[in-house]
Amino acid sequence: MAVAAGNALSRASRAAGLGSGSVVGGHAVLAVDPRALAHLALGRQVMLVSGTNGKTTTTKLLARAATAATGTEVVTNLQGANLTTGLAAALASGPLGAPAVLEVDEAWLGHVLPELRPAVLVLLNLSRDQLDRNNEVRHVAQRWRDACQRLEAGAVVVANADDPLVAWAALAAPSVVWVGAGLGWKNDATGCPACAGPVSFGDGGDWKCDGCSLARPGLDMWLEGEGREACAVAGDRLGGPARYTLGLALPGRCNEANAATVLAAVLASGWAGGPAVVAMRQVDEVAGRYARAEHAGTRARLLLAKNPAGWAEVFDMVGASGGPVVVAINARTADGHDPSWLWDVPFERLAGRRVVATGERCLDLSVRLHYAGVEHAVERGLLAALAVAGPGDADVVANYTALHQLLAVLPARGQGTRGRGRGTRGAR
Amino acid sequence: MTSVSIALVYPDLLGTYGDGGNATVLAQRLRWRGHDCEVASFGAGDAVPSSCDLYVVGGGEDLPQSLAARKLAESRALHRAVDNGAVVLAICAGLQVLGESFVGPDGRTSEGLGLLGCTTDRGPGPRAVGETVVEPGPVWAALGLQTCTGFENHGGVTRLSEGTVPVGRVSAGVGNLDGTLEGAVRGRVWGTYLHGPVLARNPTLADLLLTWVVGELAPLDDSRPEALHRERLRNGPSERATGVAQVQRAVRVAGATLERLARAGAARCRPEAP
Repeated sequence: MAVAAGNALSRASRAAGLGSGSVVGGHAVLAVDPRALAHLALGRQVMLVSGTNGKTTTTKLLARAATAATGTEVVTNLQGANLTTGLAAALASGPLGAPAVLEVDEAWLGHVLPELRPAVLVLLNLSRDQLDRNNEVRHVAQRWRDACQRLEAGAVVVANADDPLVAWAALAAPSVVWVGAGLGWKNDATGCPACAGPVSFGDGGDWKCDGCSLARPGLDMWLEGEGREACAVAGDRLGGPARYTLGLALPGRCNEANAATVLAAVLASGWAGGPAVVAMRQVDEVAGRYARAEHAGTRARLLLAKNPAGWAEVFDMVGASGGPVVVAINARTADGHDPSWLWDVPFERLAGRRVVATGERCLDLSVRLHYAGVEHAVERGLLAALAVAGPGDADVVANYTALHQLLAVLPARGQGTRGRGRGTRGAR
Repeated sequence: MTSVSIALVYPDLLGTYGDGGNATVLAQRLRWRGHDCEVASFGAGDAVPSSCDLYVVGGGEDLPQSLAARKLAESRALHRAVDNGAVVLAICAGLQVLGESFVGPDGRTSEGLGLLGCTTDRGPGPRAVGETVVEPGPVWAALGLQTCTGFENHGGVTRLSEGTVPVGRVSAGVGNLDGTLEGAVRGRVWGTYLHGPVLARNPTLADLLLTWVVGELAPLDDSRPEALHRERLRNGPSERATGVAQVQRAVRVAGATLERLARAGAARCRPEAP
């Protein structure tokens, strides 16, 4: 009954153009049955993905890989809705008993874990993000550690061994598979989460605390090679040694790391790795990110970066082209109301490029670029900013709500000039 | 032309809220005016020198804050620097560390450096989080400081003692304690709760601190920072005036008032000596 009510409301919400409907549907499910998460998760294999960055991409890769590996459809989040309501809506949307691959907000993980009882928990990374809400990264790490401690005996945690905060949290779990997924942004991990002593980082992702025994655990999965040669290598605990050539359509080292993490989860579940890799290669777009959209002669590649760690990954993607870069910054609730984090991003690296600052907080960004010595144009309107950047190819790097606003007003790839979402609400 | 050395103190411990940007702003404003300027970062493993002209101490999380306080108390590098006439900008946790005492993560009171006359306790209500506007005190306004804007995000409440003056009065936000005063200044040590970073948001504050180091300053093209300053003055207060922020402020004001009444009551009720 709860599920029927929720799905009906979701359809109504979508029909009314209010959004994907996943959140309102989830509210309905939980209103009728407050224990709906536990009831909906019962009897299925649940795989969860959490972390500050890469949740949505990794969840999509894992959902595709799990489908390919098991030959069954899985249920997964709609539009990245990753709080309790979004999880309820996702579980209610598919057949009972189908495996579930769900991304969970890092601050909510501890709340939903006892109800969802995952077989696999993927922990990607932790860094500063939305500081006005999650005041301290360390508190999130502590909550993860508490949650890992309470995991059931059969559960497997797949954790990024290169991130000291993640490793410390995961070490409390009954069983862990360690992935060398890299850590581009280290500034939130220089103080040991266990003893507050200094953490020193060595070559190739190695790290150890100088004050206690905490150190990077031995790896079960790691990356070798670059670009087309990039391979994920499985160690003996994952049936290796075995090399998997990735050949992803998605750009950047961070996505190779996400894919290696997914592969570790697949192998730890006892599934074959080959079909999973083939399925991951087909993913070329994630909730509008990495896709190209055209406006006023500008062919924009849309990228998400919502914190310094995300930017460390994005520089890796936009570095090669040398083309124009449009940066769109908002500071709404989902972005965090304090855009001070812009000062932790080395925007100096954009010097010499054609740069356009846009979004609701374009003036904060403009001052940051000013002091970074980066000449730039300021154009508050998103579409106008694209026009200023063009013509030709441009990278558009937006934070969370700015990206959603862009997706709402830009014609989606493969859909001609038809807009989506808010942009066309009046026309429907 | 002067050569100026700027020290960024423990950015690995006190660098959570982008406050390291204050050093970037100071350095650029000096370089654009033809001064030589060197910015050096000193991490938790480094010895902080006492010979620099300007020190920037940022905000951070509870545990690293206590560690930073312990290290600075042991080395006394900042004490010597201040004795030598150095200028110090301390933000949020930095302000608390430079005060006489603050409440550590274990709930116990830790000793601060005593470079600012203020004490910090755990606040009675929820954290003070949001856009903040501060009208500078007349002394600072006379030195060219304009209305300050920034983003506060702290759980502690700070009370000033004699010899230390506030930056000014809060017109939007909570500030040190209860929506009245913000910041703590003694000599050339400037403490504030404002992130943003504060010097990116408020170019006149950056220049006020720089005049203490190099004297009179040539004008700069500040059209970009001034555009942000105007926009934040216009929009900051209304962003803050959401329901949650108003409740936060009401709880804080009520808590502080009750505490004052209780203290006054306790003083009146003290038994007479027999």
